[in-house]
Amino acid sequence: MTAIMNNLLYGTFIIYLLAAIAFVVVATDVKKRSKIWGNIAITLSIAGVVIHIAFMISRIVIGGHFPTSNMFEFIAFLCFALVLAFIVIFAIYRTYVLGAFVMPFAVVLLAYAAVFPRDVQPLIPALQSHWLYIHVTTAALGQGAFAVSFVAGLIYLIYKVGNGEKSSHGKYLETTLVIIVMMLGFSIASLFFQAIGYKASFTHEIDGNQVVEEYQLPPIVAPHESKAVTVESFLGFKDPLLEVPAWMKGENAASKFNSVIWGIVVGLVLYAIYLLIVRKNLYQLLYPLVKKLDPELLDEISYRGVAIGYPLFTLGALIFAMIWANEAWGRPWGWDPKETWAFITWMFYSAYLHLRLSRGWVGMKSSWLAVGGFVIIMLNLIVINLVISGLHSYA
Amino acid sequence: MIENTKCECGHNNPIGTVLCEHCGRPLDETTNSNDKLDKEMRYEGKARRSLTYQKSIIDQVWNFFSSVKIAIILIIITFIMSAIGTIFPQEQFIPSSSPDTYYEETYGTLGKWFHQLGLSTMYSSWWFATLLSMIGISLVICSLDRVIPLYRALKNQKVSKSTVFIERQRISVTEEVSQEEASFKMDELANKLSKKRYHVRKEKDALLAEKGRFSRWGPYINHIGLIIFLVGILLRYLPGWNLDDYVWVQEGQTVRVPQTQYYVKNEGSTVEYYKETEKSQKGPIVSKYQTKAVLYKKDSNGKLVPLMNKSILVNDPLDFEGLKLYQSDFRAGDLTGIQFAIIDRKSKKNLGEFSVDLSNITANHIYRAGGLRVKIKDYFPDFAIENNVPVTKSQDPNQPAFLFETIDEGKEKGENSLVISGMDFPNPESNKYNIQLAGFETVNTAGLMVRIEKSLPIYLIGGVVSMLGLVMGFYWQHRRVWVRVQDGKLHIGAHTNKNWFAIRRELSQVGFSRLVKETEEK
Ligand code: HEM
Repeated sequence: MTAIMNNLLYGTFIIYLLAAIAFVVVATDVKKRSKIWGNIAITLSIAGVVIHIAFMISRIVIGGHFPTSNMFEFIAFLCFALVLAFIVIFAIYRTYVLGAFVMPFAVVLLAYAAVFPRDVQPLIPALQSHWLYIHVTTAALGQGAFAVSFVAGLIYLIYKVGNGEKSSHGKYLETTLVIIVMMLGFSIASLFFQAIGYKASFTHEIDGNQVVEEYQLPPIVAPHESKAVTVESFLGFKDPLLEVPAWMKGENAASKFNSVIWGIVVGLVLYAIYLLIVRKNLYQLLYPLVKKLDPELLDEISYRGVAIGYPLFTLGALIFAMIWANEAWGRPWGWDPKETWAFITWMFYSAYLHLRLSRGWVGMKSSWLAVGGFVIIMLNLIVINLVISGLHSYA
Repeated sequence: MIENTKCECGHNNPIGTVLCEHCGRPLDETTNSNDKLDKEMRYEGKARRSLTYQKSIIDQVWNFFSSVKIAIILIIITFIMSAIGTIFPQEQFIPSSSPDTYYEETYGTLGKWFHQLGLSTMYSSWWFATLLSMIGISLVICSLDRVIPLYRALKNQKVSKSTVFIERQRISVTEEVSQEEASFKMDELANKLSKKRYHVRKEKDALLAEKGRFSRWGPYINHIGLIIFLVGILLRYLPGWNLDDYVWVQEGQTVRVPQTQYYVKNEGSTVEYYKETEKSQKGPIVSKYQTKAVLYKKDSNGKLVPLMNKSILVNDPLDFEGLKLYQSDFRAGDLTGIQFAIIDRKSKKNLGEFSVDLSNITANHIYRAGGLRVKIKDYFPDFAIENNVPVTKSQDPNQPAFLFETIDEGKEKGENSLVISGMDFPNPESNKYNIQLAGFETVNTAGLMVRIEKSLPIYLIGGVVSMLGLVMGFYWQHRRVWVRVQDGKLHIGAHTNKNWFAIRRELSQVGFSRLVKETEEK
């Protein structure tokens, strides 16, 4: 069974990858073939979703619970939500170029998920509630739609900056793209060290308890006041350069922070190599893909992503979350960091909607807000888990 | 401010009107005649109080709160402050009871400021409550400011609109037609649009097709839901409206539920582990915490009357008329009793055993074991030596120590021996008996959260109303198509409150593909 589950995961990954390639072919192809390729691309995306569902079902069979209870499962589900939201929006607008951006992003997200421990874990009592799955899945579906909005916003920015209309935004846009490259860099580094079976561990004290922290990447930073247990050397590089500050005390915070540093470093290296070879900004490379698009349509798709996602997110991340929190912790709301960040995300998108509706923030401003909203979601996913040992930090 | 409120069509409009209520013509002469009317269409060009009256204090307060700009600023301040509040943990999450020193020690100077600025308890601070209240007031006023004129405008829509109004819609075409062609086209359009579920009204030379009007109420219904929710939060300030307390109950004990008239008995607390994890190196993973609880109330004679039995699980609290007890914490093996064995020093023979109930230690109680009597002369639950004097650090039996007097049969006085758990204390050589620990009696203790939250149903209603509004507002749109035949020309204009792509596609399906903007597929 576990073998089947793993194969389904690899299958999902490969099919998303193929779909991504097919969409890029459509977006770059000027000749007539694009009709066929377009059909192939969207069929592959749907097939990917189906296999992804099969993967989740196999995981339910093995673990006995819905797979959204640790970081791997959650990000994989987010990837699923992204592709699903894309298919819905594609059905409305039929824009293949959107797929040329969304599907590679889905691939990066799934690779990113695969970095976290993939074993099926039993559920601690606080997580044994149907409301948990309902809450997490609904919130993630909303976030998937927000992610589509983010991608459409990004394409809008690439269009406007690329055609020179708003070239002053170039450096911010490039920075945003480089951050995505860092995510890719992180996934590549992690999967590489996983493949060669790298391991290191440290012991240190958290709130009076001695804990062992495992590293999957060579330690650039060690936990605060820690002792090395085992550290394999990598290219002769063995001792950590620094220690993390004392306030980074979430579960495995130092190890996660170390991973973030690896992501930044590898991402920057990849970007430097890219610059050496191609010698132009990323958005200039991407611009030809999008230059035939109608910017007004892109703007609308970006808004539609928010319009579809906002009610789902409200329901999942606030209402269902409160119902669950009330059962598990005896209060609907407790300003736990994760909850607070869900609230912040929601308020941010509320501001987006009001700005758009009442102050006429469309186009550039609205696209940047769509990017910003998604950055908040990613921050919530990555940084909050790093620093804080709140009630939610199992994920 | 628009002074001229009488329209060319002869209709007298209230002061502040932007688009004539009757024919839709823009009243402000200064607006460029080619501009689209998107912005004016938001509230159907109706006069709104906030834009009309700006003199008195009340007007100004009204205008302040009805401004979306202010609302957005409030929203942005709220989420930025919320974000700042998560830089360091809030006080309720820190593992220390003295926040005054904790923040500085753990996080340095920034931590000190964080605490001193009150950010460590910000979500319950007065200014955070003020922010939320201002958003609430703003919600009420801005909704009233808009929904009433909007309601009036949408209820009394005229079919026949000025051609200026139609031409200045974002989607509009004008074509030359003959008289017969015109009426034929109108009929055809009416037909096709009704098939698309538009509600069509026709007059001699005009047509109005409309659908999804209810979605215009979506944002307001959503706001009402939010207001209900905020009222729920405000009600928490009423005394007795909510309760948040905590109680530890040992197995077998019955204790009063704090701040209430109820008592709770623990008939057994258990913990279970996942079998497959019991031998893993990370340690076993808990699968279940459970407390069998009985809730009692005292009747008029002071007798405890059981009200309800319930196995409390995490995620499954006891709920008695809104009083909820949650399984929140579990302490295994609290020491309640100790067994001792008396050993004869010379023969090493076990002479007998006795057990001490730690919750009930008195100086006069006599324990009997194998013909010997034992008295407790002194008891230190949490033993330590300070300045050469034995003391107890707390009343919790962390390291219990006893000074026993062991008395032989028929004697009045016996020998003293000090027994400290976990330590081999050298009693005098002359002692005949050696008292040794022979076993512990332990029970489990449940930490139960005690909650009353009378606002829960209000939150739920607010949430449901809010969701209803969101779904109405986001998953449907209000679409309208106006047609007017005048002077041998057919004017068509269309407006939707959002999702222009879809209305364009619809119009192309009814034969106006020229209204559809080219997209990449075309
Ligand atoms: C946390 C607070 C708030 C939330 C979550 C919220 C949510 C929303 C949502 C979801 C919409 C619909 C947007 C769209 O259709 O694109 C909306 C519209 C609107 N909101 Fe709010 N809102 C909030 C506070 C306020 C406040 C304080 C005001 C007061 C000035 C306000 C004024 C408006 C207005 C005027 C509209 C447009 C209504 C229309 O379409 O005619 N909102 N709001």
